[in-house]
Amino acid sequence: MSQATDTDVSEDGVIDSVSGPVVTAADLDARMNDVVYVGSEGLMGEVIEIEGNVTTIQVYEETSGVSPGEPVENTGEPLSVDLGPGMLDSIYDGVQRPLAVLEDKMGAFLDRGVDAPGIDLERTWEFEPTVAEGDEVRAGDIVGTVPETESIEHKVMVPPDYEGGEVVAADSGNFTVEETVVELDSGEEIQMHQEWPVREARPSVDKQSPTKPLVTGQRVQDGLFPLAKGGTAAIPGPFGSGKTVTQQQLAKWSDADIVVYIGCGERGNEMTEVIDDFPELEDPKTGKPLMSRTCLIANTSNMPVAARESCVYTGITIAEFYRDMGYDVALMADSTSRWAEAMREISSRLEEMPGEEGYPAYLAARLSEFYERAGLFENLNGTEGSVSVVGAVSPPGGDFSEPVTQNTLRIVKTFWALDADLAERRHFPAINWNDSYSLYKEQLDPWFRENVAQDWPEVRQWAVDVLDEESELEEIVQLVGKDALPEDQQLTLEVARYIRESFLQQNALHDVDTFCSPDKSYQILQAIKTFNDEAFEALDAGVPVDEITAIEAAPRLNRIGTTEEYESFIDEIEADMTDELRDLY
Amino acid sequence: MKEYKTITEISGPLVFAEVDEPIGYDEIVEIETPNGDIKRGQVLESSEGIVSIQVFEGTEGIDRKSSVRFLDETMKMPVTEDLLGRVLDGSGNPIDGGPDIVPDERRDIVGAAINPYAREYPEEFIQTGVSGIDGMNTLVRGQKLPIFSGSGLPHNELALQIARQATVPEEDEEAEDDEEGSEFAVIFGAMGITAEEANEFMDDFERTGALERSVVFMNLADDPAVERTVTPRLALTTAEYLAFDKGYHVLVILTDMTNYCEALREIGAAREEVPGRRGYPGYMYTDLAQLYERAGRIKGREGSVTQIPILTMPGDDDTHPIPDLTGYITEGQIMMDRDLNSQGVQPPINVLPSLSRLMDDGIGEGLTRADHGDVSDQMYAAYAEGEDLRDLVNIVGREALSERDNKYLDFADRFEEEFIQQGYDTNRSIDDTLEIGWDLLSTLPKTELNRIDEELIEENYREAEDAETAQVEAE
Repeated sequence: MSQATDTDVSEDGVIDSVSGPVVTAADLDARMNDVVYVGSEGLMGEVIEIEGNVTTIQVYEETSGVSPGEPVENTGEPLSVDLGPGMLDSIYDGVQRPLAVLEDKMGAFLDRGVDAPGIDLERTWEFEPTVAEGDEVRAGDIVGTVPETESIEHKVMVPPDYEGGEVVAADSGNFTVEETVVELDSGEEIQMHQEWPVREARPSVDKQSPTKPLVTGQRVQDGLFPLAKGGTAAIPGPFGSGKTVTQQQLAKWSDADIVVYIGCGERGNEMTEVIDDFPELEDPKTGKPLMSRTCLIANTSNMPVAARESCVYTGITIAEFYRDMGYDVALMADSTSRWAEAMREISSRLEEMPGEEGYPAYLAARLSEFYERAGLFENLNGTEGSVSVVGAVSPPGGDFSEPVTQNTLRIVKTFWALDADLAERRHFPAINWNDSYSLYKEQLDPWFRENVAQDWPEVRQWAVDVLDEESELEEIVQLVGKDALPEDQQLTLEVARYIRESFLQQNALHDVDTFCSPDKSYQILQAIKTFNDEAFEALDAGVPVDEITAIEAAPRLNRIGTTEEYESFIDEIEADMTDELRDLY
Repeated sequence: MKEYKTITEISGPLVFAEVDEPIGYDEIVEIETPNGDIKRGQVLESSEGIVSIQVFEGTEGIDRKSSVRFLDETMKMPVTEDLLGRVLDGSGNPIDGGPDIVPDERRDIVGAAINPYAREYPEEFIQTGVSGIDGMNTLVRGQKLPIFSGSGLPHNELALQIARQATVPEEDEEAEDDEEGSEFAVIFGAMGITAEEANEFMDDFERTGALERSVVFMNLADDPAVERTVTPRLALTTAEYLAFDKGYHVLVILTDMTNYCEALREIGAAREEVPGRRGYPGYMYTDLAQLYERAGRIKGREGSVTQIPILTMPGDDDTHPIPDLTGYITEGQIMMDRDLNSQGVQPPINVLPSLSRLMDDGIGEGLTRADHGDVSDQMYAAYAEGEDLRDLVNIVGREALSERDNKYLDFADRFEEEFIQQGYDTNRSIDDTLEIGWDLLSTLPKTELNRIDEELIEENYREAEDAETAQVEAE
């Protein structure tokens, strides 16, 4: 978090009362959402209510021992993040303090009153200008590049609130983030470092309809319920249904350029696992460490509640900054329910009139504001970038009718419903195919037709129909047993079983199966369809269904997922299945 | 230190007093009643001119003429290694008649959060000697694994059994060479338990000599409810000191968290706060997280804090706010089951809704045994299937089921009778536990064991003939 230095608008006040994370101060001349330093220890806080002479502040640190009469210092600036090279490969708390730096400064326990800049101010970066003297630049334009990590080239941009002008100096060389790298004739100086208030979306020219999928490498997600680059998705799940694994699979395998992962109010040990694991993982596309395209934000459940409230904003502002450079960013928030609870907690401390289940009445508005910051954008500098948001929801007692889940569903367009029953039956990923949906299907169909297969949408629809029919038939089977069904329906059940077992299920722990390209997904579905077509031919020719389901080649469908050389393997299975079935009549 | 006689209002556990100097939030207060009793309290809200104080020992006997002293510090716990073997009350004062405690240090009881970056991921297996936990829901050092129980269920017996038996297998061997090898400590924090329960615990601690390596904090059912909000913090502060400063592996047992949450609600109501679900305060998630998250390991430090909080679910309902919020913070749960209890299964652990989130990283080759994961998976699946079939048996009767189904039914019965059932005095090694697992799994046809690696089946499956010969021999 940035140490704001400019104090012309500020007028210091004194603490009036203290109650947990909520402090009121008198005589403080501050604007809404200004950052203030509270008490003699200088605890960071934010103004959240102004009433007459009394200003209410939410404090991002523990307030034990703070007493009335201590000073409150206003920085005159809203809660902002430091933007610049060095954010990737970093791990931050909810107000963008780097956890590694905090460990150096105060040891294993998070003490209070310690500030640390979000990006390293000492480190030098190799700057290469992309503009020359005499070039005209405007706000948002890219003026140079910095190799930020092995896989990502950081673009240095004119801050959006600059007027712009003609470049009078631009040199390559090694600079710290605070040194000027480009000077304009308007007198404006451009550094690699920018600040941006977290609660305000970064400006863009235009928001467009997404047309490309965020390829996740997970069959059920890419195949049946695709998410667009720039789209929004929700993963609600009761505890133990594999929510965190699903999020982490996305962070590992999705084809975004940049991943921002927010651990909001989650378990400390779980965050440690992410922190330990991610640096060891390789990016499947480049073979470089996954961390070199990842920014982690970890605010565990016992860290101050106000910082939990702000961590999703910190995350999305960082995501927007990379979007401005023209990158596709995927943001995972685990879990938005904890964020909503933080809002509820602060709201109740403010004695606001509660809405549904004690959540503040503005819950829906805050959620939609946040998800609206996702999208495919035309940036100020003419590039195109996107932010896709995947929010996990933890409904209490697994009840989807609670306010956070319901308000989220009204906004997001993709819904991956995790199911505890499926998880108990060890069907992973436990995404329920009857309850989930994606409203991006039609939008993305042209892309799938062009890049995967012309008949992709039709094949997908066929699979969905079979699964639908299965769930209807299952109800009858429960009453009368499978043998009482007509033969063609028995065969449909068999086909549906293969769709579930070889297509929907995917083993995240298997080296090959953990990632599945869209082409492979398509081929698997095609292979099952081949079985379906040939089997029904055989049935029409009078072959009993028991003989059809007993063929030896079909069970090999279940092994395609774990086979690396899948194309030849599928050809072989298809040929064998066809031979076997045709031999029957 | 100023003394005030300015109490303006006394309401439930709260006292309001006028002050003319700034008083810190969370500061400790002493209130002296006219008959000389001294009660301690804590500042809940501090504003210019007036403070509200929650009184730990209850507000009986306080009148408007009582004097109020502010001690100018927040609540501290005197910590020292000498605390081991001592019994303290819920506010940290010795009640065992022993000498005064000479502290090495006085620590703030509101612990700071551990930086997730400084944590070490827990993966060291703790053998509790209880098959339902070791085999199916393994506990590891640094984990927080609560017991979800109900009124009248033997959760205390289970907690005591764990406290008695918990070891880390490899260190056992070292301990044989080196008498000083034991560096295990138990911290017991009781909140609102009955005197009878307390006696049970104390008798057991004394009988087994466990008291020497324990620190006991006792807030009994007739002690002031408000005191319960500090008891777990005192216990955890002591635990952190012993673990991270002195290198002990500390097991913290907190019972009963439900009473703790009731106390939170009582204070919330007295302060006229806007209530959240079922009247519990909106900040209960954060408050509980601040307790439960004080478990773990830290890079470069010897010790660890492992927590086993016990909570009784009101009406056995696991969607009640207390178990629900707890489940979202802790790394799994051990569920006690009323039906199993009435069948006389000891301990009555129902493994199906139980879970240990850190199990996968704590078991397997080099940690427990190579077959642990597979055996546990297979038993889960088989027991779940047996459970499902029981419903069916009630409708159609056992004869109507296939031979295969009958085998699963038998498996489920024997699983409860032989694997889960062990009594509170039996200490099973992980080998014993897994061998019983194989005995049971071998009653199912080999082809049904689809979750176990084939090599492991070859190695461990007891062929039916062997079993028969064994039986013949036995006869």
